[in-house]
Amino acid sequence: MSTQELVIPAPREIVTQPRHSDKVFRGVVTGGGLSSLAILGLIAIFLGYRGFEVLRQEGIGFITHSDWSISTDDAGNVLDSHFGLAAMLVGTILCSLIAVVIAVPISVFSALFLNFYAPGWLKKILITIIDMMAAFPSILFGIWGFLVLMPSVEYWAKLLHRYLGFIPIFDMQVPVYTRSPFVAGVVLSIMIIPIITSVSREIFSQAPLDRIQAAYALGATRWAMIKAVVIPHGRSGVIGGAMLGLGRAMGETVAVFTVLNIVFQVNWQMLLGAGGNVASLIILKFGDASPYEIKALMAAGLILFLLTLVVNAIANLIVKTTGKSGR
Amino acid sequence: MTIIPTPTKPWTASTKDRSIDGAIFLVALLSSYLLVSLTPLKGKLAYFVCFFLAYAILTTGFKGVQRGNAAAKDALVNSLVAIGAIVTVIPVASILTTVFQKGLPGISFNLFSHDMALATPTDPLTNGGLLHAITGTLTLMVLALVMSVPIGILTALYLTEIKGRFTGPIRFLVQAMSGVPSIVAGLFILSAILYPITKGYSGFMGALALTILMIPTIARTSEEVLNLIPNDLREAGTALGGTQWRTVAMIVLPAARSGLVTAVILGVARIAGETAPILLLTGGGDKVNPNAFTGPMGSLPYYIWKSFNAGSPEAITRAWAGLLVLVGLVLFLFTTARFLGSRKVSK
Amino acid sequence: MTTSHESENQEMQTSVKPSSLADVANAKAPKAPGTSALGTGLETRGVHAWFGKHHALSNISLDFAAGTVTALIGPSGCGKSTFIRTINRMHEFIPGAAMAGEVLLDGKDVYAPGTDVTKIRLQIGMVFQKPNPFPSMTIGENVLSGLKLAQLKVENKDDLLEECLERAGLWNEVKDRLGAHGGSLSGGQQQRLCIARALAVRPQVLLMDEPCSALDPGSTLRIEDTIRHLSDTMTIIIVTHNMQQAARVSDYTAFFLSDGGPGQMIEVAPTSEIFSRPQDSRTESYVTGRFG
Repeated sequence: MSTQELVIPAPREIVTQPRHSDKVFRGVVTGGGLSSLAILGLIAIFLGYRGFEVLRQEGIGFITHSDWSISTDDAGNVLDSHFGLAAMLVGTILCSLIAVVIAVPISVFSALFLNFYAPGWLKKILITIIDMMAAFPSILFGIWGFLVLMPSVEYWAKLLHRYLGFIPIFDMQVPVYTRSPFVAGVVLSIMIIPIITSVSREIFSQAPLDRIQAAYALGATRWAMIKAVVIPHGRSGVIGGAMLGLGRAMGETVAVFTVLNIVFQVNWQMLLGAGGNVASLIILKFGDASPYEIKALMAAGLILFLLTLVVNAIANLIVKTTGKSGR
Repeated sequence: MTIIPTPTKPWTASTKDRSIDGAIFLVALLSSYLLVSLTPLKGKLAYFVCFFLAYAILTTGFKGVQRGNAAAKDALVNSLVAIGAIVTVIPVASILTTVFQKGLPGISFNLFSHDMALATPTDPLTNGGLLHAITGTLTLMVLALVMSVPIGILTALYLTEIKGRFTGPIRFLVQAMSGVPSIVAGLFILSAILYPITKGYSGFMGALALTILMIPTIARTSEEVLNLIPNDLREAGTALGGTQWRTVAMIVLPAARSGLVTAVILGVARIAGETAPILLLTGGGDKVNPNAFTGPMGSLPYYIWKSFNAGSPEAITRAWAGLLVLVGLVLFLFTTARFLGSRKVSK
Repeated sequence: MTTSHESENQEMQTSVKPSSLADVANAKAPKAPGTSALGTGLETRGVHAWFGKHHALSNISLDFAAGTVTALIGPSGCGKSTFIRTINRMHEFIPGAAMAGEVLLDGKDVYAPGTDVTKIRLQIGMVFQKPNPFPSMTIGENVLSGLKLAQLKVENKDDLLEECLERAGLWNEVKDRLGAHGGSLSGGQQQRLCIARALAVRPQVLLMDEPCSALDPGSTLRIEDTIRHLSDTMTIIIVTHNMQQAARVSDYTAFFLSDGGPGQMIEVAPTSEIFSRPQDSRTESYVTGRFG
């Protein structure tokens, strides 16, 4: 054995030259992968491009004013136009918020029921039913909402107004109950309950079993255990799920269109039958819109796109970070 | 040698516990009935609310007296979570029964053999049918499939096989894309392709918008499926001297086949009922249109929409019949996907 | 606390290589006789346990006298953990679980119909193998969490807090940072926190499922010290794989074994006897290290 010190060699550099076919493969797959980037970018570009003229003319008023009128002369030239989305934006936010406020408690309780209270067979059946509900087409909710649900919801609205009318949002000057943001909110809530329930269920099922056992071993009842372990662990995940539902509700078109009365006036009184919704506006006006008006609709689409993009991005971020770290 | 006794579960509710629960249930029912008859409250809502209130109060009070505060709160939450689950499920039941009830009268043989070329929605139900709508929806689905499946699966392959430096951004973007409202997708195709290039409604335009909506679903589900394929398979492939693309094409993809099919079917189910882009892009023809690239194309959602807006009782029944067919289609796709998904590992 | 710990250390060092486990068992400081021992102790009669169709535990009859420490030893998989979970009714959480036999606390069967199971778990506490403090609570809140979970009212929370941490051997280390996060302690400290937490609801019996197996030897010795002192006021049952630990800590030892079938209790005896004069040949094989 030599008494020399061992010289530690430098690590060798290993270079792999991929075969030609693999280079092609990687190129194709990467291209496919980048397509989502391309598509989203193109959406933003094209909508912006088309709507640019209107945006430039209206300026910030596009978002802050509340008007939608265009007058043309016989030749089709635009004489005068005012486009302002404020009422529609407020309406979108109002309807979606109502939907989330109704849906989140129900979804959280359902998710708790599924994870901690339901026997195995019932859990499977209910999960299938809830997933199925998520697959229903929105037009179904729209028509069912209009023909079946609305009479009941109007009745509830009357009750709310009668007993809680002192609260400003439940108050209204003229008692028109049909096709109010409240109805739209209820229909939307039914649509987003499956989403929020699924996300919450996933989050709750990741609650650490050893802490659950520790709580029970200390003599906790089921609810005490949930309050001490499951809820602190799952709180932000549920918030993320709620925001996903919010994003979905904001983008809904047909389901809201049938049950909401579109009126161009900012209205926070949710029981009053006058509301706004950007997506439904686009459908409403598209039928007989002049070319210039279509540009305004494109601009409206751009605003909606950016809004839902932001909400969904935040939501996904929250859900991701909770799922991983589990705190 | 000990005699083995029978296994028991002494912690399950005893008959005494069960009868107390049953008694509380009945008392709650009774009190709700009484409350509704004696007060100005009325309607199904009143019955439900009174029942749940009575049940919650009774169980909470009973458990509180029997076992103290913590148990009382636990009993209260018991009621609440049950209510949550019931409220979640009631709409589904209502929707399905309504669709059946109202749609069934409209179902007849001519529904599947005629289109609306010579009829209007307000005509009696023996006139016209939704053949064009069915063929239209099927055409749209096939077209959208052809375009979105390659892109979706390629995206998933990038995320699982190549894992290059775009992985984070691409995953984020796929999530973002799944949140794009359907009407925005419609407007995009309108502005990018229909106005400048084709200048006319067609089925293909609708299919393009539907593709945008399908890609995220297919990509995400495929990614999950591909991640489940154990790495040993990939290693075995490369150890045998296979290039990456051969390994993927000949080993990974076939192994994931049923999962990928599930992903595709889920994507199709997602867009089967999409209405908004169709209203903007396809023109909603009344005839069976075999050419997807020219001329307006009908589809189930458009048919339903048009019938609903016509307003007369016959038209509304047509709309329900169309909904029944559509829901049937979605449920069929959904159960197929479920069935295939549960048979997963068919090695 | 620290002085007796040091003296035990010295005892171990002077007997350098303990020639047998019996020596270790005999080297323990003598127990202070019956200081306010609670109740009449715990007894299991003919306890069997099943997981679905799998018969996991057969006919365990053990009498745990009040104020004693009993160690359960035996190879892995012979049902020791299952057994202690039948005692505090945690076994029933597993789907398909079933049991037979009686578990008597103060003469009353804990499985009797109509028993309030949450009260049972207040009287029979448990410390788990892996320390699991609640991360969303501070150290102080963790200790008192049992009270909050069971909605128990207590006169002076601070006194209780100090007492429990003191008995768990953690007070000096955390008394200045009771508001710190539950997860900010080392492994050994976290386990002592879990012990303090279990003590706060004043159990009569404390079940410990290999409490030191995830800890370093230093923390292990401190916890064993704690166990010895705790046994002055409660009955302790400790599952352990470490025979030296059993010898150091327990008054009685029960040997469990499964020969492919359900786990059975082969022999129970005072600790020094089981290590010096085991009655059953299987016990002898295990304690002399021929298997296990």
